[in-house]
Amino acid sequence: MNTSNIAEKEPKTTAKLSSEQTLEIEDNHITVGSCFSDNPKMTMRNVNVFYADKQAIFDVSLDIEKNEVIAMIGPSGCGKSTFLRTLNRMNDTVDGCRMDGDICMDGDDLYAPKLDVVELRARVGMVFQKPNPFPKSIYDNVAYGPKIHGLADSRVDLDEIVENSLRKASLWEEVKERLHQPGTGLSGGQQQRLCIARAIAVSPEVILMDEPCSALDPIATAKIEELIEELSENFTIAIVTHSMQQAARVSHRTAYFHLGKLIEVNPTEQVFTMPQHQLTEAYITGRFG
Amino acid sequence: MQTADILFLLLGLGVFGFYLGRGRALAVANPLGGIRQLHSLPSYYGMHIVICALIPSLLLFGLWIIFDSTVIDGLVMGSLPETITPSDNASYSLLLNKITNVASGIIPATGQPQALVDASAYKLYLENLSRWSLTTLVLMVSMSGLVWGRFKVQAKFQARQAVEKVMQNMLFGCACLAIFTTLGIVLSVLFESIQFFRSVSVYDFVFGLEWSPQTAIREDQVGSSGSFGAIPLFAGTLLVSAVAMVIAVPVGLMSAIYLAEYASKNIRTFAKPALEVLAGIPTVVYGFFAALTVAPFLRDLGNDFGVSISSESALAAGGVMGIMIIPFISSLADDVITAVPQSMRDGSLAMGATQSETISKVVIPAALPGIVGGIMLAVSRAIGETMIVVMAAGLAANLTANPLESVTTVTVQIVTLLTGDQEFDSPKTLAAFALGLMLFIVTLLLNIFALHIVKKYREQYE
Repeated sequence: MNTSNIAEKEPKTTAKLSSEQTLEIEDNHITVGSCFSDNPKMTMRNVNVFYADKQAIFDVSLDIEKNEVIAMIGPSGCGKSTFLRTLNRMNDTVDGCRMDGDICMDGDDLYAPKLDVVELRARVGMVFQKPNPFPKSIYDNVAYGPKIHGLADSRVDLDEIVENSLRKASLWEEVKERLHQPGTGLSGGQQQRLCIARAIAVSPEVILMDEPCSALDPIATAKIEELIEELSENFTIAIVTHSMQQAARVSHRTAYFHLGKLIEVNPTEQVFTMPQHQLTEAYITGRFG
Repeated sequence: MQTADILFLLLGLGVFGFYLGRGRALAVANPLGGIRQLHSLPSYYGMHIVICALIPSLLLFGLWIIFDSTVIDGLVMGSLPETITPSDNASYSLLLNKITNVASGIIPATGQPQALVDASAYKLYLENLSRWSLTTLVLMVSMSGLVWGRFKVQAKFQARQAVEKVMQNMLFGCACLAIFTTLGIVLSVLFESIQFFRSVSVYDFVFGLEWSPQTAIREDQVGSSGSFGAIPLFAGTLLVSAVAMVIAVPVGLMSAIYLAEYASKNIRTFAKPALEVLAGIPTVVYGFFAALTVAPFLRDLGNDFGVSISSESALAAGGVMGIMIIPFISSLADDVITAVPQSMRDGSLAMGATQSETISKVVIPAALPGIVGGIMLAVSRAIGETMIVVMAAGLAANLTANPLESVTTVTVQIVTLLTGDQEFDSPKTLAAFALGLMLFIVTLLLNIFALHIVKKYREQYE
């Protein structure tokens, strides 16, 4: 609400700054920048999302490239989390939420009636804003996914998956002595890395991260960011963040959302140095958000 | 002056005191520059005067009323000449009654011994004296409280703190009242039980296998020696409760899971209150439902299959009790399941778990301590339940584990032992207190255990 007020007031000031562009979004805004890719992992075309009567996402088209880290930034309530949650159909669990448009992964329609959501979510993992380890042991937290998807044939297999996942999440050294203690007993940063380990234990192709560091202190944040960089070698990562510095540090491309519309997508460096759109510039220079 | 008059007068004094205090506070504040200069709001000064005027006088009033008659009776009996002073308790109270009756004019004074007439006149005199001195004293205390409170109204006086403190103590007093009442009940049951255990050994009671509480009324009566083994009763209680829990736990739990996890908002708003209506049905209605509908139905059903089912079977009583307990379990379980954070479900769903996997592997384990606590509370409810079993369970104390047979429960026996005219010094009647004590201990332990588990659960998420 705040942002819309400001957006309405903004034009007067920007008129002085720039005569051509205003901070109001045109109704038929077309995303500026490079939102398509030659080698896409996921493609979204004309995605609209509604919560009951309220439209949250307006006509968004975007490609996510293989093994890239794409950051989604924008003021609160701009729809970036909603957009992220359409990618593994987590919005299905929200009452009254519906969407139209096409979302495909490797050419398969994610919203096809026959699609198995269970399998989809095994391919597209998710890490949430607040660390949410299950009230189980560290081991069982990581083993949860492999167990329900039947990925391990034996106890030895499972042990191996757990160890590898924890190693990839750079948590192994800290917890190897207490694998069977509750995951809720870890520190916030460790819990979040445990959640990442849990997500990668089922070897997903894409990992969605919804503000993974917003509940963490700077040191834990730094560790997670480091981890994201390592993970990008093997996984495609889409991360929603409130911190522009974080987007700048970890992502290859950055998408800027405003009031449910995708304003601009460009290589991260360009977004933060030479944004193409007036609104993006206004946001990254801190004029609102 | 009558008791009610005194109370009205005190009330009037209180109201007067409030306005006096507030007015005085305003008067003190005005020259200083408004009520801002006072320590507390003017109404607190008013409240303080009310407290000063009422609390000590009401305390005095209460104590006087309680001890008044005992003191007077003592004085009256002490005034009697030695020749007619009663020797034992029974004749003492008989004589006292007679004096009271003469004094109130129920028995005409003519024809009574002179000493007795004197004593009743003395009693009347004392009662009169007591009432007047009570009135004077209470009003004096109240007035002086008023004056003292009025005197205390000064800008610096911390009236708010004083009022807060009294309020706190009053609340504490109310809490104590509940605790002392419980304590009183427990002690009275305990003392009666001790009396029972004088005639029947604790060992025979707790471990005895036979229950037949008929004791001989005459010395020469045959075959009614009485045996007080509580085991069959507790076994029956456990059997009936077990049948009840077998029905209530799965049904209650599953309906809670459905309501909390699957039901749409519309169904939930309708179904939850509907389920809770079950809890509002009086147990006596459940009782005749069990005795008149369920039990005959089960018996006939058994006949069709060639199984003999007693018409007062544990199955019928326990089954209906189970239905009664369903809402108890479902609403407790629903609460703890809804208390599991949504982030847990999201985490599990995002891993690709189905909804039922999420529920069985994450939600229920997380809610388990709370669910167990709820079940324990339900068990203690089942054990203490009376009306249904009185109507639907049997009276004969069979020691059996077969739910098709008739059993009796502790509560049923207590009811039978204490209904009708009873002599309160025979072991037969006193046995009810011992049973009550045992039942109390069992349910208390269960409740403590359950609350402990529920508490542990709460600490996990808050």
